[in-house]
Amino acid sequence: MEIFAEQLMNGLTVGSVYALVALGYTMVYGIMRLINFAHGDLFMLGAYVGFTVLMTFFAQSGLPLWVILLCIAFAAMAAVALAGVAVERAAYRPLRRSHRLTAVVSALGASIVLQNGAMLIWGPRYQAYPAWAVPSTRFEVFGVSMTSMQLLILAIALVLMVALYFFVQRTVLGMAIRATAIDHDTARLMGIDIDQVIRLVFIIGPALGAAAGVMIGLYYRQIHFTMGWAYGLKAFTAAIMGGIGNIPGAMLGGFLLGILEMLGAGYISSAWKDAMVFVLLILLLILRPHGLLGERVAEKV
Amino acid sequence: MKAGSVFRSPLVRWLALLALAAGMIIFPRAASRYWTDVAVFFGIYVILGLSLNLIVGEVGLFNMGHAAFFAIGAYTTAILSTQYGIPLAWLWPISAAAAGLFAYVITRPIIHLRGDYLLMVTIGLNEIIRIALINDPGGLTGGSNGLFVIDRLRIFGWTVSTPTDFFYLVWGFIAVLVVVLLRLQNSRIGRAWNYVREDEIAAASMGVDVRWAKTLAFTLGAALAGGAGTLYAAKMRIISPDSFTFWESVILFAIVILGGMGSIPGVIVAAGALMVLPEVLRDFMEYRMLFFGVAMVLMMIFRPQGLWPSRRWAQELAQDAAEAKSAPAER
Repeated sequence: MEIFAEQLMNGLTVGSVYALVALGYTMVYGIMRLINFAHGDLFMLGAYVGFTVLMTFFAQSGLPLWVILLCIAFAAMAAVALAGVAVERAAYRPLRRSHRLTAVVSALGASIVLQNGAMLIWGPRYQAYPAWAVPSTRFEVFGVSMTSMQLLILAIALVLMVALYFFVQRTVLGMAIRATAIDHDTARLMGIDIDQVIRLVFIIGPALGAAAGVMIGLYYRQIHFTMGWAYGLKAFTAAIMGGIGNIPGAMLGGFLLGILEMLGAGYISSAWKDAMVFVLLILLLILRPHGLLGERVAEKV
Repeated sequence: MKAGSVFRSPLVRWLALLALAAGMIIFPRAASRYWTDVAVFFGIYVILGLSLNLIVGEVGLFNMGHAAFFAIGAYTTAILSTQYGIPLAWLWPISAAAAGLFAYVITRPIIHLRGDYLLMVTIGLNEIIRIALINDPGGLTGGSNGLFVIDRLRIFGWTVSTPTDFFYLVWGFIAVLVVVLLRLQNSRIGRAWNYVREDEIAAASMGVDVRWAKTLAFTLGAALAGGAGTLYAAKMRIISPDSFTFWESVILFAIVILGGMGSIPGVIVAAGALMVLPEVLRDFMEYRMLFFGVAMVLMMIFRPQGLWPSRRWAQELAQDAAEAKSAPAER
């Protein structure tokens, strides 16, 4: 029982990170029908930007820890949102009307550029977030031990997700996003600027991804320029699990994937946990291809 | 007479082909050992590119896990050779059959998935295989260290051991393969494949068995990649999971798209660009992948039909573009 509760907590922590990254995939897919392969690398970029800001400006600042963490998270989110907009402008916008395959290859190209750009800037070795930046008080809640870092990740992820949900459901801009996802041309006829909506999505998604990147950096402490690929693939799996294009689905998928992965690691085998995730994905796509919350989409003739 | 039409004349074509063949025969005697080796790996990538071209290029199925089939071929060869001492020459068809069978079984339930879903499943498959190889199930795969192949490849008394031997074997095989594939392209099957790629529903309503066409392409492509795995294992002698990662699959995918979907000469040109240029640009090693990524984006923007497009694919893209212009509908 103790293992179960602990793995559940680990799963929720990792799952909230998957959910944040999955939101970026699912929003872009919902609007553009494109797998943004560069999204995982934007997440990685967030972890590195947070690390660099932390080491350059806050190494001896003496400020309270929560101020520092808030600052680096905002810096990473802003920088990565900019990078996201740049990627969209350079690699996706020129291809908006072309064949699906060309956009997929362009997305892979953008991913390779980001990864190797990060390698050239920060070097091929692992970097480590310093221990002093990580809140590490231990709690016992109902006999389950957890760290303040885990609680912080969960809390911030939940706040961001709730904020996003209300933004999309209750604001005019959110309505524009939803309308564009349903039908570009009708949305345009209603006076929605599609380019603006796409840009907005490429600000929100990467910003959430960057926040997730900083969280993972603080949680596991080690960051590497290839990490975007592993987390990106899992987050995309989470997005598919929930039903791609569906925002609550991505959140659900993220948490579910995180929990299943950690339970699998705890009870079955940690060496096989990634393989189990993909077997799950394949089974899900065979049995329920539209995901848990997604609607069945008829193939267009 | 335009420059292009010179190559349409049969005489010029035959002369060019003859010159190419003569050049290939002389190459390993003129080039250093090192460049012969580069040419051998280039050749293995050409075979892999051609095998993936059957799936991605001819039928338009998004397979981004092709390294999985390559891995199955290479590991089948290494395991059967080291454990049971089966000669490598026999293992070539056996490995091809193993990879083909695996593809057949695994793709049956997923072959109907469209586009991006199939892409994700094949990526997942690639990862599952790689993780399985690392985890060393039953002590068969040697974990992350991989396996060492002791045996030499012997074909009808010819021991293939030096780079020159491998060069002739690989490129001789490619020559035969290209002839077969060209025949296949213009056969009933090849046309059915292209039909499925261009419009699945129309193809089905004209009596093409879409499921069969897709499964056949996947199985054949995987078998060819599995055979390439034997050549790779025989050449490298040490194989490890590192050679069969997702990025390997991405590079193969890029070879097909950059060369031009369904274009056999395109695959060869693109494989050459991706395998030989890095050797030439060794001094810029660090920037190599960055350059590669930028090139992928720029190619898709300015020359989406590929370096050496096949006529059918260029037509389809042009049609898509015209439709998009006349009716800015759909998305």
